[in-house]
Amino acid sequence: MKVTLRIWRQAKQDAQGRMVSYPLDGVSEDMSFLEMLDLLNEHLTKQNEEPVAFDHDCREGICGACGVVINGIAHGGEHTTTCQLHMRSFADNATIDIEPWQAGPFPVIKDLVVDRTALDRIIQAGGFISANTGSAPDAHAVPAPKRESDKAFDAATCIGCGACVAACPNGSAMLFTSAKITHLAMLPQGQPERYSRVKGMIAQHDEEGFGGCTNIGECSEVCPKGIPMETISQLNRDLISSLFKGTGK
Amino acid sequence: MAVTGLILIGFLLFHAFGNFKLLIPDEGAEFNEYSHLLRRLLYPILPPMFFLWGFRIFMLAATGLHLYSAYKLTGRRWSSAGVSGRYVSQKPSTSKAHSYAARTMIWGGIIIVLFVIMHLLQFTAQVLTFGYPDGTTTLEPYDRTLAGFSEWWVVLVYAIAMLAVCVHVFHGFWSAFATLGANVSAKSQGVLKGLAVLISAALYFGFMIPPVLILFGVIGQ
Ligand code: HEM
Ligand code: FES
Repeated sequence: MKVTLRIWRQAKQDAQGRMVSYPLDGVSEDMSFLEMLDLLNEHLTKQNEEPVAFDHDCREGICGACGVVINGIAHGGEHTTTCQLHMRSFADNATIDIEPWQAGPFPVIKDLVVDRTALDRIIQAGGFISANTGSAPDAHAVPAPKRESDKAFDAATCIGCGACVAACPNGSAMLFTSAKITHLAMLPQGQPERYSRVKGMIAQHDEEGFGGCTNIGECSEVCPKGIPMETISQLNRDLISSLFKGTGK
Repeated sequence: MAVTGLILIGFLLFHAFGNFKLLIPDEGAEFNEYSHLLRRLLYPILPPMFFLWGFRIFMLAATGLHLYSAYKLTGRRWSSAGVSGRYVSQKPSTSKAHSYAARTMIWGGIIIVLFVIMHLLQFTAQVLTFGYPDGTTTLEPYDRTLAGFSEWWVVLVYAIAMLAVCVHVFHGFWSAFATLGANVSAKSQGVLKGLAVLISAALYFGFMIPPVLILFGVIGQ
């Protein structure tokens, strides 16, 4: 198949970006979106042009490295990651717009690559548990209730790709933060730091310059892992409870 | 935002309920009595007007905090998502009514502020004398209400403002509960959004029924 790509080109962080058109022929509908970009880059390289920079790693939907806005929708609207999106989702001769995530705390580094270390700093502010090292404890040493561990597991599927921020009209990272909070708050291992964690992570989220959540729901719509809005309410419950516990900052 | 919004919604529900006293066919006796009582509620424990002013200050504080939160949220939105034109290509509109209400909260809010200023100038300060001669301050609340809503354009302005309230509350009600942690499952989300429809519709019809009946001469014959 044949497509016309309109891609955001930006040489470096403080450069002015713009959309550039590239016709691309010989695209197979079995190609993933990133393989299609590889094909474009081969052509660009042969023509001595600068290839399009984009982030990727596992290419199997589990690492969260990839992610672009396709025709205005983060990850392209097929409820999967950009790497798991296939060209069969597009019509022959389609024009496809490709842009980087846009948010104040996600500066564009080059073309489609943005700096998402703000999310890492939110994790550093509490998205972990403290455990003694030594020999591994018995798998069943700490019982975890089935319902809660299922919830924890669902929340833990968040790969931190940042699509929620890219789609949120407020530019909020609340879905991401709440997935991490819910994941750890549902498990016995997460209890000791539960309330200092939520305070710390929210403080960091706000300090990074992400917007505030107003429950619009665009985040869940684009989340490749289908993290639901209930997760945000879980964070809010923990945040409200934390006001009554003298923990954390 | 959530707590003050719910206080404002609670006030609106009560206000709309109070307005239904206009429907009692007693030439406004009970409606006027209601208005007079508000001015001397808890009298003689407290001086006259004391309760009313306390309540006004409380409502003003809730509104002030609500506006302050809206101002902060908007500032944070601008610095993260930009002021406009974030992406070159427009997302195809999924035309979800809910999302429309959610995205237009600030505009609905601004319309509501302008409306509330007009409303207070009309009924509390009596500076805007719609439907009766300027400078008159001796009309009873019931008669002022009849005079105002016998003008079709006053009813139209109210209908538009109440639409803004309706849309604002439609998102605000569910969102406030989600912010307070009540969105515990897909089912509770359905319940909250269902209640939001009920309450915003109740407010629209609750507020609009008396003015429309006055305009068509059903009330005040
Ligand atoms: C006075 C003018 C008003 C302004 C400028 C205003 C502005 C806003 C804004 C910008 C939001 C944004 C939150 C969002 O996008 O979800 C909001 C939320 C809300 N508003 Fe208002 N509003 C006003 C009046 C009202 C009134 C009269 C009510 C009650 C009828 C109300 C109830 C709510 C509720 C319940 C929320 C949701 C809180 C949340 O999202 O947690 N507002 N308002
Ligand atoms: S490249 Fe790993 S999720 Fe897409």
